[in-house]
Amino acid sequence: MEKRVRFKSGWLPWVLIAPQMAVVLVFFFWPAGQALYQSVLSQDAFGGSVQFVGTENFDRLFGDDSYLNSFKTTAFFSILVASIGLSVSLLLAVMANRLMRGSGIYKTLLIWPYAVAPVVAGVLWLFMFASPMGVVAFFLRSIGFEWNHLLNGNHAMALIVMASVWKQISYNFLFFLAGLQSIPKSLIEAAAIDGASPWHRFWTIVFPLLSPTTFFLLVINVVYAFFDTFAIIDATTHGGPGKETAILVYKVYYDGFKALDMGGSAAQSVILMVIVVALTVIQFRFVEKKVQY
Amino acid sequence: MIERRPGLDLLSHLILLLGVSIVAFPLYLTFVASTQTAEQISSSIPMSMLPGNHFLESYRLALFGGETSLGSKVPAVWPMMQTSLISALIISIGKISISLLSAFALVYFRFPFRNLFFWMIFITLMLPVEVRISPTYEVVSNLGMLNTYAGLTVPLIASATATFLLRQFFLTVPDELVEAARMDGAGPMRFFKDILLPLSATNIAALFVIQFIYGWNQYLWPLLVTTNEDMYPIVMGIKRMLAGEAYTEWNVVMATAILAMLPPALVVILMQKWFVKGLVDTEK
Repeated sequence: MEKRVRFKSGWLPWVLIAPQMAVVLVFFFWPAGQALYQSVLSQDAFGGSVQFVGTENFDRLFGDDSYLNSFKTTAFFSILVASIGLSVSLLLAVMANRLMRGSGIYKTLLIWPYAVAPVVAGVLWLFMFASPMGVVAFFLRSIGFEWNHLLNGNHAMALIVMASVWKQISYNFLFFLAGLQSIPKSLIEAAAIDGASPWHRFWTIVFPLLSPTTFFLLVINVVYAFFDTFAIIDATTHGGPGKETAILVYKVYYDGFKALDMGGSAAQSVILMVIVVALTVIQFRFVEKKVQY
Repeated sequence: MIERRPGLDLLSHLILLLGVSIVAFPLYLTFVASTQTAEQISSSIPMSMLPGNHFLESYRLALFGGETSLGSKVPAVWPMMQTSLISALIISIGKISISLLSAFALVYFRFPFRNLFFWMIFITLMLPVEVRISPTYEVVSNLGMLNTYAGLTVPLIASATATFLLRQFFLTVPDELVEAARMDGAGPMRFFKDILLPLSATNIAALFVIQFIYGWNQYLWPLLVTTNEDMYPIVMGIKRMLAGEAYTEWNVVMATAILAMLPPALVVILMQKWFVKGLVDTEK
């Protein structure tokens, strides 16, 4: 889309766009270029000798079991966060959408976790499961379930999944609700007159019409699980026990800033960039073409 | 309403109430913990689920720091809140200002390399700062911006969400307005100031809500670029209070958590209409 009518000036547009270009060049293109450049270099931990090593950093990563495991952890974690988060919020949104009265209040009560910082969400959930005073951990113990996220990898994973889903419910809920409200009432009324039950109507009319929203949210949730959950993990499990909850972003941070392996960290950054770009491209292609409104 | 199904209505209310209580439970617990003393929390198993009477004590300790009853030192959160507020404001206002200007240039002018600029700006939408932390850190440290507000905020401004939204909006503004303005002899900046800005007011408000929350909640980036306690935002300060789970002063941590949640939560609830608009528009 283009404007028909424009202003004419030789210098003004350059001045107007200069601040944004400056910020983008210095803090986006320069570092992104650096990441590409560093990913083919090897540097010792004291910043001394630097040498060109080609794809060695990448070879090392893909030969490294802990990196491959981190991929698996990340995939498992994002599938859990996205599937649980989406189903819970869809259920809540469908329920809120069918109520005549009260849905506004429920909406207000459900959206505020969006404002909570991920690290605070992590602290809140850690507190419920921390021993000895954690309320939920105590409850689980009293029904004979020994909760220990410091030793048990599955428990640690469950903890970060719960905290991440909790934080993201409000976002998913709002988009599902907006999607549901944009579905024409006449379609649902027609099906009701034909005698379709609410259950049947949901799966044959509402759910297919909601697919663009669902797909969009799926991508957003995967991106969220990949990147924004860093703070939750750093607050609760520190990637432990062992490396069982160390997702890719956590590893980039850990290898670069704790283990001081800049080349390896930069190579990981490059791989992450490729993943995000792929996700974005998938989103654009499918949202525009495949999923019907 | 399609049909009356009182049973289903009841079920909907029950499910929603359950959802709301699960969502609210951690918050309630946090509040309860912040009104007790650290001993009360750690010695009773499980902790009491009713609010205690040490509300003022915990919050005074959290806000202004000092020594706890167990003798450990707690940092003051009040300066951290100021740091958070200043950086959130710089990020939101800075992002919106540079985006207004560049979106205006991209939509209302034709100039060489316009398309190149367009793509250079919009490709930044794809890569969150988390992906490029180590190289961005090096750039910021080379520029000597560690432990400064510039270092905390400017790299986070380098993203095109606001530019994209404003460009989309400017494209829907009727061309007749430009023609009318030109006929009356108004230059581009006059048009920008007197016509475009007032028209964009709701969009700017919506963007502000989203960007303020984004700025307030930043964690990973401040973790890297600040080493000086004076520059810690509250979200980071809270993490540093978690020493080991058993010895943590949970009442102070929880009071801090409430203080960290309060400003963005208030913004979301009080500006709900703009918040929803901003959220839906920025992702479109």
